[in-house]
Amino acid sequence: MASVIHILERYEPGSGLKKALAMSRQDVIRAVRESGIRGRGGAGFPTAVKWNLCAAAQFPKKFIVCNADEGEPGTFKDRLLLSERPGVLFDGITIGGYAIGAKLGVIYLRAEYTYMRAGLESKLAERRQQGLLGKNILGSGFDFDIEIRMGAGAYVCGEETALIESLEGSRGEPRNRPPYPVNTGLVGAPTAVNNVETLIACAHILAKGPEWFRRFGTDVSTGTKLLSVSGDCQRPGVYEVPWGISVAEILHIVDGEGAKAVQVGGASGRTVPARQFDRKLGFEDLATGGSVVVIGPQRDMLDVAENFLEFFVEESCGQCTPCREGNPKLLEGVHLLKQGRCSIGYLRELQNLGRTMQVASKCGLGQSSANAFLDITEHFRAEILGRTGGQGEKNE
Amino acid sequence: MLASERESLRREIAELAEKYEHKRDGMMPILEAIQEKYRYISDFAMQEVARQLGVFPAEVYGVVSFYSYLSTEPKGRFVIRLCRNLSCEFAGKQAVARQLENELGICFGETTRDRLFTLEYCNCLGMCDHGPALLVNDDVYTEVSPELVSDILEHYRRTFGPTYAQKGGSHG
Repeated sequence: MASVIHILERYEPGSGLKKALAMSRQDVIRAVRESGIRGRGGAGFPTAVKWNLCAAAQFPKKFIVCNADEGEPGTFKDRLLLSERPGVLFDGITIGGYAIGAKLGVIYLRAEYTYMRAGLESKLAERRQQGLLGKNILGSGFDFDIEIRMGAGAYVCGEETALIESLEGSRGEPRNRPPYPVNTGLVGAPTAVNNVETLIACAHILAKGPEWFRRFGTDVSTGTKLLSVSGDCQRPGVYEVPWGISVAEILHIVDGEGAKAVQVGGASGRTVPARQFDRKLGFEDLATGGSVVVIGPQRDMLDVAENFLEFFVEESCGQCTPCREGNPKLLEGVHLLKQGRCSIGYLRELQNLGRTMQVASKCGLGQSSANAFLDITEHFRAEILGRTGGQGEKNE
Repeated sequence: MLASERESLRREIAELAEKYEHKRDGMMPILEAIQEKYRYISDFAMQEVARQLGVFPAEVYGVVSFYSYLSTEPKGRFVIRLCRNLSCEFAGKQAVARQLENELGICFGETTRDRLFTLEYCNCLGMCDHGPALLVNDDVYTEVSPELVSDILEHYRRTFGPTYAQKGGSHG
């Protein structure tokens, strides 16, 4: 199966927005609901439900926030969308703002993408001149504007409540939920936080209709998904594929056959061993924000686990105990395994700790930080147990 | 810090706070502006921001210490951030890291004595299909080889200094 191009294909500027503004707010949300689209950031919450809750909330002010804090290791599709398709994104944000009744959209752009900011700002200025932003957009009577706010280098701010905390000028520590941002979000107002790709897909849905979108993917996971493929393959890059594609098919497209494992969903995702390459991407099985890292046969799986755990030790916000204390403990375990000094009993303890972190952590970061460790210690036991020669052996 | 410097910093912070209507949600852009200009956020700056926004200085410190792009210690003129994500690791990040240390004579987390370069790791720059990747301030470099490291550094050494300032340019 070859990769398909739909979300990335040509989109007549303003077409989705024009159609949306000619419809009632309820009809816009209905179209999004009928498309079946779920959030593209990774968590997969139905976009229409989010917009509907936000639209139904009674409050004088509302916001739509575009989550452009693309921090998941191995993900770079939003980088491409922000630089190549900003117009469609602005359409999507404006459509979302119209649907929920917001007057302001905020793009939370990660600090690492600062180089894109000037370009985005000038595109926004152009839109204001074209009457696509500002007062009375396209004569519809709808007022809306978009503002860009910068992140400052914190992975956890990709979590929607942490992102809101950051926008409010606080440490990016996730909030307890409920209340959800759709009720109590940015400065207490109902707020819809959507991923860049979700908003772009919504602009396409409004332009081409929900039936068009449903033609791709599976019943549960409709539409197409952008994948960011990197690692040990011949053709890394951004690919658009229908949901339901198998890992093996992806490897075929990117010429990464012979891989011993594939990391799907970034550091917080799952490590899929070669014998499970028939597993499919979708909310039914392997949900992902789009990161696919191909791990070649020459790689040491403990290096992979170490890389991810070092990442989580550094990026844990430190607020809740399972994540703050658990990740350093797992990392220490990987060091013991590398030295060949970990008993099966202790490994079992660590796996239990990992499972505790999955259920007891407060936010998605902590809940998923043990995934790679658990997958690697389950699927690659022969490779990781009983090493001799201590650390550095693999280099000899 | 000289009294006159304090006074000008105080004025600058007051102007920034004015722009964001002294609201708490202006904290991040204010801190980012101070960081960009002074390359760190001093105790005095944190106290002033707190005063202008009506919060405790400890809260400002809490924010500054949370984000990796904000710092309480002066950074170099150019901050080099090498991506340490798995894909960059696979693409040969380790060799680039070693060469950076060799060329600069410092370890990661340190700043050169002339305050020109700070060397840091960062988590995923989103350039995974073109690793190893690094940032120098806001400029992106991809597919960096150890060979290329010295050229990159030389570029910034050359673009910084009195001659460059006269041409009216600035980097980052």
